[in-house]
Amino acid sequence: MMSDENGLSHRFEINGHDFSNAGRISTNIKAILQEIGIHSSIVVRTAIASYEAEMNVVMYAHRAVLTLNITPEKLHLKLEDEGPGIENIDLAMKEGFSTATDEMREMGFGAGMGLPNIKKNADKFEISSIPGKGTSIDITICLDKTEKK
Amino acid sequence: MPKKTKMTLKEIKELLQAEVIIGVDSLDLEIEFAGGSDLMSDVLAFGKPGILLLTGLSNAQSVRTANIIDAKAIVYVRGKKPDNTGIEEAREKGIPLLSTKYMMYTTCGLLFSHGLPGVGGLSSKK
Repeated sequence: MMSDENGLSHRFEINGHDFSNAGRISTNIKAILQEIGIHSSIVVRTAIASYEAEMNVVMYAHRAVLTLNITPEKLHLKLEDEGPGIENIDLAMKEGFSTATDEMREMGFGAGMGLPNIKKNADKFEISSIPGKGTSIDITICLDKTEKK
Repeated sequence: MPKKTKMTLKEIKELLQAEVIIGVDSLDLEIEFAGGSDLMSDVLAFGKPGILLLTGLSNAQSVRTANIIDAKAIVYVRGKKPDNTGIEEAREKGIPLLSTKYMMYTTCGLLFSHGLPGVGGLSSKK
């Protein structure tokens, strides 16, 4: 954990294909947000977005770094992975579109809901990808509008 | 449509003839609505805080998903039980776990006909 005038920052590393630990980092993030007294509806939205992003890394990428930055105004999750990237982001954002394998579906994931659900829970969502290199996701959740979503 | 009602975990346990895996001290917990799915993607997309999660998915993801969305408890259907990792994490987070031998359809039907509403959509409209 790091702290400066811009707020608190936590850095996590996620390993691709590590299904047995998938979700633990988002569970930690939820606990951190609860501990500092963030409104419960915001905690749940952030935890859902983080969990979906974490599962995407576990399912598709080799590894990723997830950074949580907390300021008095907003929560910011930045995820940068090394992996196959996404060829067609518009298609990946469509509910129901998925390239999941049977193993992923056995884990209860891979229904093509992940990225749309991250967007739904975020106040601001940005995604960029370079096929063959990796994907980057920025999620911002405002702290001053508890009932926006 | 049955009249909407809340149920305690104890009433749910008896109705479903369920075994309590974790949470014998939490049976007076009040449940206001439930939702069933084996697909955690759907639970994350459509679940709401306070939900009683009915699922046949017995790996640790069921417990982690329940924790993420602030579910009140989990009922495993078809006699499923979570693995040890799931049980330990549920204990740590204080999420009661029950297991019933009924299939998903019957489990949902029993609770719904008793008056426990669904998570949203048509079932919660008057």
